[in-house]
Amino acid sequence: MKNLSANETILEEPDKAVCDAVPARSVVATRKFNASTTFGAQPILRGKTLWPLFLLVLSVPTLLALGSVVASLFNLDADTLNHLVDYLLPAALANTLLLVFGVALSSAVIGVALAWLTAVCDFPLRGFFTWALLLPMAIPGYVMAFAFVGVFEFSGPIQTLIRDWFGSSAWFPDVYSYGGVTLVMTLVLYPYVYLIARNAFQTQGRRSIEAGQSLGLSATRSFFRVSLPMARPWIVGGVLLVVMETLADFGTVATFNYDTLTTLIYKSWFSLYSLPAALQVASVLLLAVLVIIVIERRSRAAQRYAQSQHASLSTARFALTGKRCWLAFGFCLLVFIFAFVMPGLRLLSWALPNLGGDVKGYFFSYVWSTLSLASIATVLIALLALLLAYGARINQSWGTRFAVRISTLGYALPGTVLAIGLFAPIAFFNQWLQGLGVPVSWLQGTFVIMLMAYGVRFMAVAYAPIENNYLRLTPSIDDAAHSLGLKGLQVLRRVHLPIVQRGILTAMVLVFVDVMKELPITLMTRPFGFNTLAVRVFELSSEGLWQRAALPALAIMLVGLIPVVLLINKTDSEN
Amino acid sequence: MKQRVDASRAVLVTMLMAVMVAGCGQQDDELTQQSSQQALQPLALESAQAISAAEARPLVVYSSRAEHLIRPVFELYTQQTGRDIKFITDKAGVLIERLKQEGESTPADVLITVDAGNLGYAASEGLLLPLVSPVLEASVPAYLRDEQNRWAGLSLRARTIVYSTERVTADDLSSYQALGDDSWQGFVCLRTSKKVYNQSLVAMLIAEHGEQKAQQIVTAWVNNLAVAPLSNDTKVMQAIVAGQCDVGIVNSYYYGRMKVADPNLPLALFWPNQNEDENSQTGVHVNISGAGVLKHSQQAAAAQTFVEWMASDDAQTVFGSVNQEYPVNPAIAVDPEVLSWGEFKASQLPLSRAYELQPAAVKLMDRAGYR
Repeated sequence: MKNLSANETILEEPDKAVCDAVPARSVVATRKFNASTTFGAQPILRGKTLWPLFLLVLSVPTLLALGSVVASLFNLDADTLNHLVDYLLPAALANTLLLVFGVALSSAVIGVALAWLTAVCDFPLRGFFTWALLLPMAIPGYVMAFAFVGVFEFSGPIQTLIRDWFGSSAWFPDVYSYGGVTLVMTLVLYPYVYLIARNAFQTQGRRSIEAGQSLGLSATRSFFRVSLPMARPWIVGGVLLVVMETLADFGTVATFNYDTLTTLIYKSWFSLYSLPAALQVASVLLLAVLVIIVIERRSRAAQRYAQSQHASLSTARFALTGKRCWLAFGFCLLVFIFAFVMPGLRLLSWALPNLGGDVKGYFFSYVWSTLSLASIATVLIALLALLLAYGARINQSWGTRFAVRISTLGYALPGTVLAIGLFAPIAFFNQWLQGLGVPVSWLQGTFVIMLMAYGVRFMAVAYAPIENNYLRLTPSIDDAAHSLGLKGLQVLRRVHLPIVQRGILTAMVLVFVDVMKELPITLMTRPFGFNTLAVRVFELSSEGLWQRAALPALAIMLVGLIPVVLLINKTDSEN
Repeated sequence: MKQRVDASRAVLVTMLMAVMVAGCGQQDDELTQQSSQQALQPLALESAQAISAAEARPLVVYSSRAEHLIRPVFELYTQQTGRDIKFITDKAGVLIERLKQEGESTPADVLITVDAGNLGYAASEGLLLPLVSPVLEASVPAYLRDEQNRWAGLSLRARTIVYSTERVTADDLSSYQALGDDSWQGFVCLRTSKKVYNQSLVAMLIAEHGEQKAQQIVTAWVNNLAVAPLSNDTKVMQAIVAGQCDVGIVNSYYYGRMKVADPNLPLALFWPNQNEDENSQTGVHVNISGAGVLKHSQQAAAAQTFVEWMASDDAQTVFGSVNQEYPVNPAIAVDPEVLSWGEFKASQLPLSRAYELQPAAVKLMDRAGYR
């Protein structure tokens, strides 16, 4: 049992943010601080059979979908696989590893830096950047890729301008490269790390730095030795989502013609007409993710994180001054311009000339169906993730652990593969019922299936932030609640909810935006005549009609604003 | 603390309200209204109601041709016959897999895809119904249909050579294979080999020249590339305009779109393989978007009538003009804009061969290092 306590100093600054060089006036207060790294707490076991059973039932759809993918391993398509191994697999594997490494690392650095700056420091426009830096999340990866390539490639406006001025743009870095695809994926994925890590830093406030300083560390070293390690589960949770999203991506890498494992999956299925080979490659992908998750869990298991949750005491921010202030401001601005302004303007310049023709009645019906679908799915998935996290907390049997592990794997597979994996058992069930003479068409092509499929795909996204916020609750809190006479779900409602609600809101934003962008599952499971903005973008862009696809793409970005602003208003009002 | 809980409740309530409104709300769009209402009340195939109302039952289409390119055709049919058409769009490979899994319980009557290879695949998987159809045989040339009429082409597109009018003259060009000549080293742009259009083109090369020669041609193309393969046909043309390369291979309608947007576009189409000499007499590679009736359709006769209608006068005109394609039916006039690009001799190779040779073509391109 190690307990790190420190008397910490809180500075209260005047409520202003300009880059003047005068250090802020400080008022000294004292506070007992508990950054406990508590080892060896007792595992908790309540609801011995009910919870594992309930959670296992919840994980059945995912299990079925993953099962029909892994089942392909029993029927190897040697011919196709041999071809892949001989000509494509080595390069694709190397490309995939490099891409995952690059995107994870750069998303982590950018996401953590931005989260720290906006959560704990103060500089001009901090309030604006706090929510604005989340917006790129609402841009589908392949849209960002197309906008980016459209601006920076040889025939794009920038290089054309350079050629007009200097005669040659040969020195300009090649856009269709590892660097290009890594940069674009980072720009759409860093918000996952940013949003989740910001949660941690907001709770820590500046206390962690001051704890370090009181132990004789410099502010910089305190950040690396205290703040960062304390935020580790949050950061790693966000980075894991980024890794899974990178592994599952097809649209972005296709724009760059950068071959990864998903490229092989698509090639096997759609070009070599071998779905078995495609699923076999997908199984490898799944295995890789499982290994990463297990390694992460093992290394985390050695530590327990129970953070104090007196967020309200960390109101004071570091008011940055002088060079540091401009650096922080400049960094935020740079990321915002590259990740949002640039693609936004590119899309706008395509959309504007077509506005008159395309903003018709049905355009608003696309907006409406997107909005309502994403809202329903968000509420449902956040609720299930909360139950999952709650169950995993009160009952740490192998059953719940298994259910959690399975339920959060759906995010790692390319959406198309997951969709078809999910569709197989549904179709089978449908045929079976029909064989019995039961009219079951309600099942197929209805919102029930659609929502279930979203649940399978996005459970990981909702679970990560909720689970991380549960870390804030020391195990003893439950005992205290029980001793005060609270039973079962009362504990969840009256003790857990107020504390994990920030995680729930984060989960809701992530799921909302992800559902809004989602394509393969929507395409496959939507009812007749039901179209979302993402479907519209896909249909027009796959025909090369980017001028017309730009408008629904912009609409996705705008609709994505709604939950982001709601969330930020909510979480920042606490500070 | 209390205040915080209230605020989060407010968010939840807002979301829930959105949910409820969504559940009850009517879509205000007149175009999708009908179909979205049906979505809430999915078709009950087995119910007695549906059978008694069989005449009025809508046809269900699975399509990998994009919505904005098929909707005008469907609307015309509904207008002319009173029969509604419900449809979903998705990638061809996904639709075919879906049909396989749905088996006899599929609600679909007709499959539409944008490449002969995909229709060939669906046919080989036993999804499509062989048709006895004098109408299709009269409207669609034999090389654009399946031998057993399991599928038939509805619109035709040429995959041909595009060149810079500023740096190249038509005299410099002759055939697809000639783009592999040393004189083109560093001047060729190609779209990625992952696109089915290129796979069909190479499948045709295999059919005409044999696998060994075809691989030599493709390897020579790759050696002549000015830049790594690009992600779509429009990018190929933009690269030529910007001076990154001088020639490329694209589908005719992509050229048509750019030409309409910019009448001064410094690009022109060239029709290769038109000469009488042995190596380049084969004609321009064409592909189709086409349709077939599904074997498990509950109303195959109506579905066949619909497919036959799509190969007929009015539908053919719409099919061609919405996307600057060519009608498959030789009796129908080509869109004047499309006609202005010039006439050509098309390769008469049966398109059913494209499916058979597609895996070989894909593997060949992988071996040749054509990404």
